[in-house]
Amino acid sequence: MNFLKSTLSRKNLMALTGLFLCFFLVIHLLGNLQLLLPADRAAESFNYYSNLLSGNIFIKIISYVLYFSLIAHAADALYITLRNKRTTVKYAYDNRKQASKWYSRNMGILGTILLIFLVIHFKDFWYVYKFGVIPYDKNGNKDLYVIVVHAFKSWWYVLIYILSMFALGFHLLHGFKSAVRTLGLYHPGYAAFVQKFGMIYSYVITIGFAVIPVYVHLTQFGLWN
Amino acid sequence: MRVHLKIWRQKDAGTAGKLMDYELDNVDNHMSFLEMMDTLNEQLILKGEMPVEFDHDCREGICGTCGMMINGQAHGPVPGLTACQLHMREFEDGATIYVEPFRAAAFPVKRDLKVDRSAFDRIIQAGGFITASTGQPAEANTILITHETAESAFDSAACIGCGACVATCKNSSAALFTSAKIAHLAKIPQGEKEAAKRVLKMVSRMDEEGFGHCSNTEACEVECPQGISVLNIARMNWEYTKANLLKD
Amino acid sequence: MELDAKIPEGPLEKKWSNYKAQAKLVNPANRKKLPVIVVGTGLAGSSAAASLAEQGYPVYSFCFQDSARRAHSVAAQGGVNAAKNYQNDGDSVYRMFYDTLKGGDFRAREANVYRLAECSLNLIDQAVAQGVPFAREYGGYLSNRSFGGVQVSRTFYARGQTGQQLLLGAYQALMRQVAAGKVDLYSRHEMLDLVVIDGKAKGIIARNLDTGAIERFAAEAVVIATGGFGKIYYLSTLAMGCNGSAIWRAHKRGALMACPSWTQIHPTCLPQAGDYQSKLTLMSESLRNDGRIWVPKLANEERQANDIPEEERDYYLERRYPSFGNLAPRDISSRAAKERIDAGFGVGAQRNAVYLDFSKAIQEQGKDKVKEKYGNLFSMYKKITADDAYTAPMKISPAAHFSMGGLWVDYELMTTIPGLFAIGEANFGDHGANRLGANSLLQACVDGYFILPYTLANYLSGELKKERLTIHHPQFELVEKEVTGQLERLCQINGTKTTDYFHKQLGKLLYDQCGLSRSEAGLKAAIKGIQVLREEFYKDLIVPGTQGEINAELEKAGRVADYLEIAELMCNDALSRKESCGAHFREEYQTAEGEALRDDENYCYVSAWEWKGENTAPVLHPEPLVFEFIKLSVRSYS
Repeated sequence: MNFLKSTLSRKNLMALTGLFLCFFLVIHLLGNLQLLLPADRAAESFNYYSNLLSGNIFIKIISYVLYFSLIAHAADALYITLRNKRTTVKYAYDNRKQASKWYSRNMGILGTILLIFLVIHFKDFWYVYKFGVIPYDKNGNKDLYVIVVHAFKSWWYVLIYILSMFALGFHLLHGFKSAVRTLGLYHPGYAAFVQKFGMIYSYVITIGFAVIPVYVHLTQFGLWN
Repeated sequence: MRVHLKIWRQKDAGTAGKLMDYELDNVDNHMSFLEMMDTLNEQLILKGEMPVEFDHDCREGICGTCGMMINGQAHGPVPGLTACQLHMREFEDGATIYVEPFRAAAFPVKRDLKVDRSAFDRIIQAGGFITASTGQPAEANTILITHETAESAFDSAACIGCGACVATCKNSSAALFTSAKIAHLAKIPQGEKEAAKRVLKMVSRMDEEGFGHCSNTEACEVECPQGISVLNIARMNWEYTKANLLKD
Repeated sequence: MELDAKIPEGPLEKKWSNYKAQAKLVNPANRKKLPVIVVGTGLAGSSAAASLAEQGYPVYSFCFQDSARRAHSVAAQGGVNAAKNYQNDGDSVYRMFYDTLKGGDFRAREANVYRLAECSLNLIDQAVAQGVPFAREYGGYLSNRSFGGVQVSRTFYARGQTGQQLLLGAYQALMRQVAAGKVDLYSRHEMLDLVVIDGKAKGIIARNLDTGAIERFAAEAVVIATGGFGKIYYLSTLAMGCNGSAIWRAHKRGALMACPSWTQIHPTCLPQAGDYQSKLTLMSESLRNDGRIWVPKLANEERQANDIPEEERDYYLERRYPSFGNLAPRDISSRAAKERIDAGFGVGAQRNAVYLDFSKAIQEQGKDKVKEKYGNLFSMYKKITADDAYTAPMKISPAAHFSMGGLWVDYELMTTIPGLFAIGEANFGDHGANRLGANSLLQACVDGYFILPYTLANYLSGELKKERLTIHHPQFELVEKEVTGQLERLCQINGTKTTDYFHKQLGKLLYDQCGLSRSEAGLKAAIKGIQVLREEFYKDLIVPGTQGEINAELEKAGRVADYLEIAELMCNDALSRKESCGAHFREEYQTAEGEALRDDENYCYVSAWEWKGENTAPVLHPEPLVFEFIKLSVRSYS
């Protein structure tokens, strides 16, 4: 299968998995935005939503695609990075950074930060929800809301989230556009549109996700309580 | 003006190289960068030292022979220029200037600043042409090509094959070079016929030559003396996927 | 020696088809037994190598550059002529033939020039099929522009990079044959001598420039396509590596050189800024379509161009040549510029330039239109000079550009050594004493794609039954020894002056005495000067390093050693031609108005020179030019 080994196909895999993750982030954010509702309504709505997701067969399939995408995206990135190590030679004096954005050159580092974040994130919520002991709310849904709120009690945990979301933001800022290019959108007009769209998308996702822990922390434990 | 040069000296591909220091004080700011190098070499020869070997030929920015990293940037600090078009007026009196060869695993150093870019030729050999033997073609106006298509094909075809895109790429990817030829020929009706075969062969050859992945950082477009657009890379990607999906 | 141009019988328009109908062919199965060497990968070399390989001949192709794509054809800007008459403005093969012949001041063969115009039609078809993105009208038809020396629009162009695009077409055709295993391409190889066995060209000695190794190659025919030697002037529009070595070594092995002094000095180049200058960049002649050339009416004018009012500007080309104006042919434009500069009206810091002004075109057509037509030239101008030509006129000046002279060839493009062919700028060609703009790309392509493949077969068919010689023949041994001996000699002089020093001295001498205008006294002095310089060269040259390694200085030294000999022949050639024609302007032979005074009675011939050995005078063999179909006229552009 020469086709699958080629540099372009490997990048296509990165692009497809990356774009799926982008799509997933939208669903995830829409769910999380419920946390911005007044506390009692937020709890009810968020827990109902979480329960809905875990029961639905359609969502199940999506979640398997999600797991695959995450692993494939990371593994492929590792493969590509290792191969590129062999194709390059170091300069004694290097000022090439003038020619491109820092985040476009450091997708690997941003991605690694995101991977570490995901481990924490999965451990604290996904694992707890799936395999942990968890109280039920008055509607009989697992009370994930309590867990979430509790997690954002400490300011350093909130800080980790915010920093990770910025890493995500920069990762998306390059990743979204890059993925669409890799898939072959070459028309100058549409390419320019996608670039703008990708920028707005990245800002929305970053701010959306970053605001939630801050809001929860401030309203439940901080100044606004 | 006076410049302090730190130039990469390397005997051959098998020997380790290093930066060496040179002082040059009779530099005129209207000199081109390569004329400054000529002046240095003249002095080295008269001192009985070996001059710095560097690639150059037309000295008007079109042959693509010259290419070096000047202060860590491909073809130097001014975008859109080849090294031969760079002039000393871009540097300050007393400046320290680093000069290194273009680097990539696929571009081994031959000596000093001279590198082997024959991998580019082999990528073209793999399919960067239209199969039209001498004597076969029909009257030129038989197939119409709109003004816009011709201009856009020209934009892709303007590549001079200097290798700055590879040198400036963090992955040493030859995507811009390869895609420019693929896009040029795919855009016009004469080249469209064998577009699928062409893209498969050229990409596979590009990979075999040991160039890296394209990460779309777009540094190549910035450093390209001809301003070849990164959208050519997107075009190559599209042609490649299409060719694979529709392959018999 | 009686020179036979082998012009076919018949009426002018039938000569080439008659030739093709009668030329001998080689059976496809036999072609693979007849290897051919092609030296040079410019338009002529690449197109010839690719076309021959397509026919089935094994081809060895050579270039000194690191890639075939870098040959200096790549730098041609303006366009390529073809008598398609797409513009319906009265063009025809005959008109193009006449324009070219007249442009060359009636110093070329009728039959050759007619063939050039005839084959121009196919060339455009060929190039378009290869994917050359020529300029197009909105509806999709090919577009044309006009060029100097003609009154029709027959020039096809790809912005200001026509040479690049045509070369890439030929290069890609060549690469296709390399991939098919039919061409062995030796880049970074420089031909250093020709091997002649039993009077026929049978191979070459080349130096691998990356290792210094001397290598032998045997073949049944050798094609030289190494371009012109205008770099002999040091300051020229040519690439640094352009050289006359291949043709000169062939000359010393018995091939005659024709009219070597006919060098075109291009009128629109960037002026010299200082002693360190290594090259004069050409700005395409197409700029003269919309640009107006002028100098101040006041000598030693101090004001900036834009501060000089209209009535104080001297549009000297429009004044002297009202019907052609700024589109007067190159030799005439260059000479007119030199006349103004020498008279003290030059502009710029060194007072060595004239203005090329676009303000009228910008006013009439708008900046956008001008930008679309010449944008890349304007940006190139800015890159080099840091000046903006949209707001102030360009400063331009003449510079050595094209060698009309070269190896003497007959109608079959074969030199006086059987089996040795010369194509493109390397031969004495179809341009006579002056080449029209956009005809050089044409000639190179036509020679390589459409002429050589026929004429070479005609020769090779006779070689089929002969014994195949190998590189182990004693003559190869001998020539190789001479080559290494010469390289050794250059490396061991160990003097105090670099190659560039000698090249610059030679260039200046030649430009002053054998450039835009020549005189008997000047040429005689130049010959003495060259001899002295040559002696000094072999006494006081310094070449660092050895011959067994990468050594750019040794490459240069070898080329300059040849230039020092070519220069003398150029001066002898210019001295012997006691008339003015085209680019060859002898001060003693001019009209009262300062125009060239041709002497058809005594000098209507091609001067072919024979090498008689070092320090021996070369021998002139005139080939009379017979005009059967046209009447010679005074070449007037006023």
